[in-house]
Amino acid sequence: MMGILQTAATKSPWIVHFDCGSCNGCDIEILACLTPLYDVERFGVLNVGNPKHADILVVSGTANYRNARVLRNVYDQMPWPKAVVAVGACASTGGIFRNCYNTLGGVDKVIPVDVYVPGCAAKPEAIMEGVLQAVQVLEKRKETGETYAG
Amino acid sequence: MNIQIIAATILLAPVIGGLIAGIDRIITARMQHRVGPPLLQPFYDVLKLLGKENIAVTNDQSLYAVLYLVFNVITLVMFVLQMDLLLILFMLLLAVASLVLGAMSANSPFSKIGAQRELIAILAYEPILISSVVGMYFVTGSFSISRILQIDRMLFIDLPLLFIAFTYVLTIKLRKSPFDFSTSHHGHQELVKGLTIEYSGPSLAMIEIAHWYETVLLLLFAGLFFANNLYVAVAAIAICYFAEILVDNIAARLTWQIMLKSTWIPGLLIAVVNMVWVYIKYHV
Repeated sequence: MMGILQTAATKSPWIVHFDCGSCNGCDIEILACLTPLYDVERFGVLNVGNPKHADILVVSGTANYRNARVLRNVYDQMPWPKAVVAVGACASTGGIFRNCYNTLGGVDKVIPVDVYVPGCAAKPEAIMEGVLQAVQVLEKRKETGETYAG
Repeated sequence: MNIQIIAATILLAPVIGGLIAGIDRIITARMQHRVGPPLLQPFYDVLKLLGKENIAVTNDQSLYAVLYLVFNVITLVMFVLQMDLLLILFMLLLAVASLVLGAMSANSPFSKIGAQRELIAILAYEPILISSVVGMYFVTGSFSISRILQIDRMLFIDLPLLFIAFTYVLTIKLRKSPFDFSTSHHGHQELVKGLTIEYSGPSLAMIEIAHWYETVLLLLFAGLFFANNLYVAVAAIAICYFAEILVDNIAARLTWQIMLKSTWIPGLLIAVVNMVWVYIKYHV
């Protein structure tokens, strides 16, 4: 029975997408994954608007002093097991906004990040691979019974 | 014998309901020129949700999710045991009431708006459902499904307008676009999922399973109009559900005002015309 639950966990990753003030380049590419060309629903991926229904948090854009609290809140509302994918240069490291007076840097300054997707903007293929790698992280968390770490 | 029927219903209905949901998602994807998820995707979703953490914002919220499931199961079992149709409708209402109470118990604006919209939806579809049952009573002389099944002619021939009205409210009941405004299905984000926004993990899985039971019940109800011929009934159910998927994909979401007006004015009008017609035909 636990085996079935584990397989099911890898077949249905629901993502919630949070934009930390990205330039919209990565956001457009994330939404492009849902279109008929890429069709992530093939892998059971759904873009849900509600963190309480989500398994994977996909973040784009640089973390700054204003949005850190909101980002933390969205992450905290997700039920365990969960994983985080940072999409694009800004979300991974801070990108061109790194060391600006108002920014904190990559989103890993605020929440634990599991997968970094490089690119400016990240390609849809790269985003899909990042999400599917996050699924492996989810599976591992399920197996080891790792509890809330944040 | 009854216990066997009850056990078979409880075990088989979610399997059938889940497969219907899977077929629904594949057909929807094909209509949008996508490949779509595997057939068993709804089962993966529910099993995944069962294995997740349950975050509840109020004490009784998870209880209402369980009650929604339990009442839906009881409703379907009553239907399969061929009991009284009026009682079945009341049990169905009780199921929806627990969902509304669950949404109301959470202190979230989206959840509360979703609950209020669901109440309006009940207001819209309930008169049509009761009219259909009363129409069947006028034709067969009984509210009991076991008596209705003994009639050797097709109810649809006597109740065509009521069947049209029923399929119209079926869209509301199955939460298909254009009437999915209390909560919406996968991929849509009306009210950030409205009624179910505060449910997560196992509670959400229970609501999903309850919806499978509900789907099976409603499709059996549609089949009741064609009950004397099994093949025609199955074909009618299939056409009916395909039409729902088609409407779901081509229609934009409407407002509750339009839904209420369209069910109460033209919907109830054709229902009453049909009821008067069968009353005159069989009782005058």
